[in-house]
Amino acid sequence: MMKNILTFIAGLAFGIGLIISGMTNPAKVIGFLDIFGNWDPSLMFVMLGAIPISFIGFKFIEKKASTIFNEPLHLPGKTHINTELIVGSLLFGSGWALAGLCPGPALVALGSGSSKAMIFVVAMLAGMYVHDHLYKNIFKSN
Amino acid sequence: MSINWSEFNPITSLLGGGILGIGTIILILFRGRIAGISGIVGALMQFKNTPKDHHLWRILFLLGLVSSSLIYSLFLPFPSVNITTDFTSLILAGVLVGFGTRMGSGCTSGHGICGLGRLSPRSLVATLGFMGAGFITCYIFLHLIN
Repeated sequence: MMKNILTFIAGLAFGIGLIISGMTNPAKVIGFLDIFGNWDPSLMFVMLGAIPISFIGFKFIEKKASTIFNEPLHLPGKTHINTELIVGSLLFGSGWALAGLCPGPALVALGSGSSKAMIFVVAMLAGMYVHDHLYKNIFKSN
Repeated sequence: MSINWSEFNPITSLLGGGILGIGTIILILFRGRIAGISGIVGALMQFKNTPKDHHLWRILFLLGLVSSSLIYSLFLPFPSVNITTDFTSLILAGVLVGFGTRMGSGCTSGHGICGLGRLSPRSLVATLGFMGAGFITCYIFLHLIN
C-alpha cells in the first residue's frame, strides 16, 4: 500500500516540478529551442536542478542494488548505442520542437484541460502504438 | 542569436527541476523504476505476457502526473498552456514524438534526467540527438521558412 502511494506521489511531484519549471508551456519550450532567434535559456536550468538530484539518488540505489523495500531494480543498460537510438531521438526532437511538447508535459497539459494537448496526446499514443505493434512486428519479426 | 531576458526565469526553472528530480528519486528508491514517461506510457499499451505488476505502478505514476495540474491549481493559478501550432502540425508532432521516443527508447525524462543522472553514454547520445534536432527544427520553421 505504502509503495503504491509513493508511486502516485512520485508522479505527482514529477508533474508539479514540470509545471513550476515552465516545461508545460509549449511557447516557453519553443523559446528555449530557438537558439538562433531570441533565445530564452530558462529551461536549461530545469536540467541543472534535476540532474544533480537524480545523480545522487541513482548513485545511492545502484550501490544498494535493491529498492528501500529490498525489491529488485529495473535499470536499462547504459552503453548500447545503435541506429534506432539515434534516428528515434532525432524524430522525437523534431516533433518536440514542432509543438513544444514532450510526453510528460503533454500529459500534465492534458490534465489541465487543454484540448490542443488532447489532440497531441492522441497522436502521440498512435505514434507509440504504430512503433510497438506494427513497425516492430514488420522490421523486427525475428 | 540574442538572449530573451524578459522571459528569463532561471530560479523557478531550477526549483521545478529540483522537484521533478525528487519525483524521479522517489520512483527509483521505492519502486525500482526509471521515471521515463514515454517508456511508461508505451508499456501501458502492452498486454501480451506481461508480469503481474506491469500495469499497476505505471497507472499509479501516470495518475499522479495527470492529476498534478488539478492539485496545483487548487493552490496556485495554473500557468498558461500556450500552443500556437496548427491542427495538422500538432498531429504530425504528436506522431513524431510517440514513434521517435519508442524507437529511441526514451524522452526528455528517461534519457535527459534519469539517463544523464546515471552518467549513461547511451542517454547522452539520445539527449544530444533530440536537443540537436529540436534546435534545427526550430531554425527551419521559425527562420528559414518564415
